[in-house]
Amino acid sequence: MNIVEWLLFHSPALIVAIPLLGAFLTPLVSKINEKLRNAFAIFIVLITTILVFMLSYNLFALEGTKLAPNVLSDGIQTYIFGGGPATIIGSESSFAVRILFEIDGLNAFMALIVSILALAGVIYSWSYVKEHTGQDKYYTLYLLMIAGMFGMILTGDMFNFFVFIEITSISACALIAFYTNSGKAVDAGFKYIVISAIGALFILFAIGILYSQYNALNMAVLANSIQYNMLDKIALVLLISGLAMKAGIVPMHMWLPDAYGRAPSSVTLILVGATQASLYGIFRMTFSVYGKTISNISPAVVDSVTNINSIGWLLVLLAILTMLIGVLMALKQNDLKRLIAFAALAEIGYMLLGLGVRLASKVVNEGQIGFNEYSNTALTGSIFHILNDALDIGLLFLVAGAVYLVTKETNLNKLGGLARNMKYTTVFFLIGLLAVAGMPPMNGFSSKLIIYESTYQLNPIIGIIAILCSILLLAVFVKVFQSVFLGPKIPSLKDAKEAPRSMLLAMGIIACIIIFIGLFPNIILENIIQPATDAITNYSAYIGGVIP
Amino acid sequence: MIFNFPYIAVVALILIGLYAVVFKRNLIKIVIGITFIECGVNLFLITLAYREGSTAPIYTASPGGIMSLPVPHALTLTSIVIGVAVLALMLSLIIHIYKIYGTLDVRNIGREKE
Repeated sequence: MNIVEWLLFHSPALIVAIPLLGAFLTPLVSKINEKLRNAFAIFIVLITTILVFMLSYNLFALEGTKLAPNVLSDGIQTYIFGGGPATIIGSESSFAVRILFEIDGLNAFMALIVSILALAGVIYSWSYVKEHTGQDKYYTLYLLMIAGMFGMILTGDMFNFFVFIEITSISACALIAFYTNSGKAVDAGFKYIVISAIGALFILFAIGILYSQYNALNMAVLANSIQYNMLDKIALVLLISGLAMKAGIVPMHMWLPDAYGRAPSSVTLILVGATQASLYGIFRMTFSVYGKTISNISPAVVDSVTNINSIGWLLVLLAILTMLIGVLMALKQNDLKRLIAFAALAEIGYMLLGLGVRLASKVVNEGQIGFNEYSNTALTGSIFHILNDALDIGLLFLVAGAVYLVTKETNLNKLGGLARNMKYTTVFFLIGLLAVAGMPPMNGFSSKLIIYESTYQLNPIIGIIAILCSILLLAVFVKVFQSVFLGPKIPSLKDAKEAPRSMLLAMGIIACIIIFIGLFPNIILENIIQPATDAITNYSAYIGGVIP
Repeated sequence: MIFNFPYIAVVALILIGLYAVVFKRNLIKIVIGITFIECGVNLFLITLAYREGSTAPIYTASPGGIMSLPVPHALTLTSIVIGVAVLALMLSLIIHIYKIYGTLDVRNIGREKE
């Protein structure tokens, strides 16, 4: 086993372990030198990012170009903690009774998103929190949160999932309340911890229900034996509602604008990642753990089709509400960051919409069960939009943070004419604006077009609402662009300088990725999104990764 | 029927907790509500592990016979530890809120216009 293979074999564990170790080393390193600490944090995240890219490359590359093909089986990498697959029980099916990480296309895809956000965020932090006290704790919590998110994404064990959710939400809450002298920030942190504690306890309750019936905590083993009886339905509802609370879906959204708007911008960036990770949880629970009922198309589950359709329609309804409330509230905001937070809420609706359409489009046709053709497209669009939304909204928040750092102001009425002083930031905002509104040259367009196309086939009205929300988003951001960057010079802001270099670098990384995806969406779609969609719809492969 | 009492207690605890979180306006009471939910979930896990007449799952001191299942015990311990961390964090935030606003009434804190 050469070094690359060894690294790839252990990469699932290392991706979580390195930020975790780095988090607790940070206070020690900061005793030596402050700059060294910042560089250390960037170094840790950089190593993790490289590992994530290697892991994903190995997973997504074509046959023959893989770095280490023998760590994979059927395109799924399973990492068993505590030694090899020694512990085996059961007579008909044998599997390792251990904590294990199972990585298929969707996990690797989500890990890519989180690693990009984490890298940009930690580079951005260098200048952004430079003048504040408590930076040791800031970087410790930052790395801890990154470790928690990677854990949530990579794990294949239900209880492990719960533990990583709690790690993420505890560190996120402390980071949201970073400005402890501001009552609004502390209040936002409190709201977040209340919602995420209740959500996580719902998830734990659901895990208890599933464990009591199937005597297993492993997602794949649960997926293999799930029956979809009454208790399973209760557990599904608890899981979806618990994760929806953490993902900020209407009507559990009230923490999201506060937390996004009042936290430091660098924190908001990875908070977007944490929200996406919760959304990933919804995907994983519905399509993999409950895959035997929801994704299965054998006639044995014909009774459950109406049941699943109603779940799908409910999710579509919630998605429409999320989009409408997000956009309409964004229209009337006066605060730059709070406005972007509501736009982020609207974007979450699009991702949920694709999921809902997939579930609602399961049909019984002459005794045959199947999914409508467009449902696959909807799921593809929804997964693609997770990537695009994370990048677009992340970029907008970074720009808002740069504006705040330079002017100490987020009120739209008091800002204006910044394009003269902040050339690069203006360009980055323009890129983010067009991408969020789904304008053709940027990445938001390709994923939103896929979503419109598929939802229109389910029901034209839903498609029209989705397009309308997008147009309203454009209207909102054109207004913002005009009032912040254009217009006459404001006397109090005439000394505004360009944002510091590290922040420009972070924004530049994200903007380049946005333009690249916008110009070549087919490369990303064919090589990354399509394998991820196939992985999530093919629940039997996920089971096969653990139970041979 | 008698064996269902713990489950009824679990549901009652969770509902009381949810009631407190949703309807109470004092931050401390909201935190108490969350603790109630957590107790309910922990009780649920413990109840799952129990079998009538079973002993604690410690092999060296076992008198023989059936043992209760140790996995939910491990889950409960982890969940209690996490719960303490969340509780401590919430209370520390409440201290900050009280220092800034001088009140714990949710109607008077964290408004957008100050």
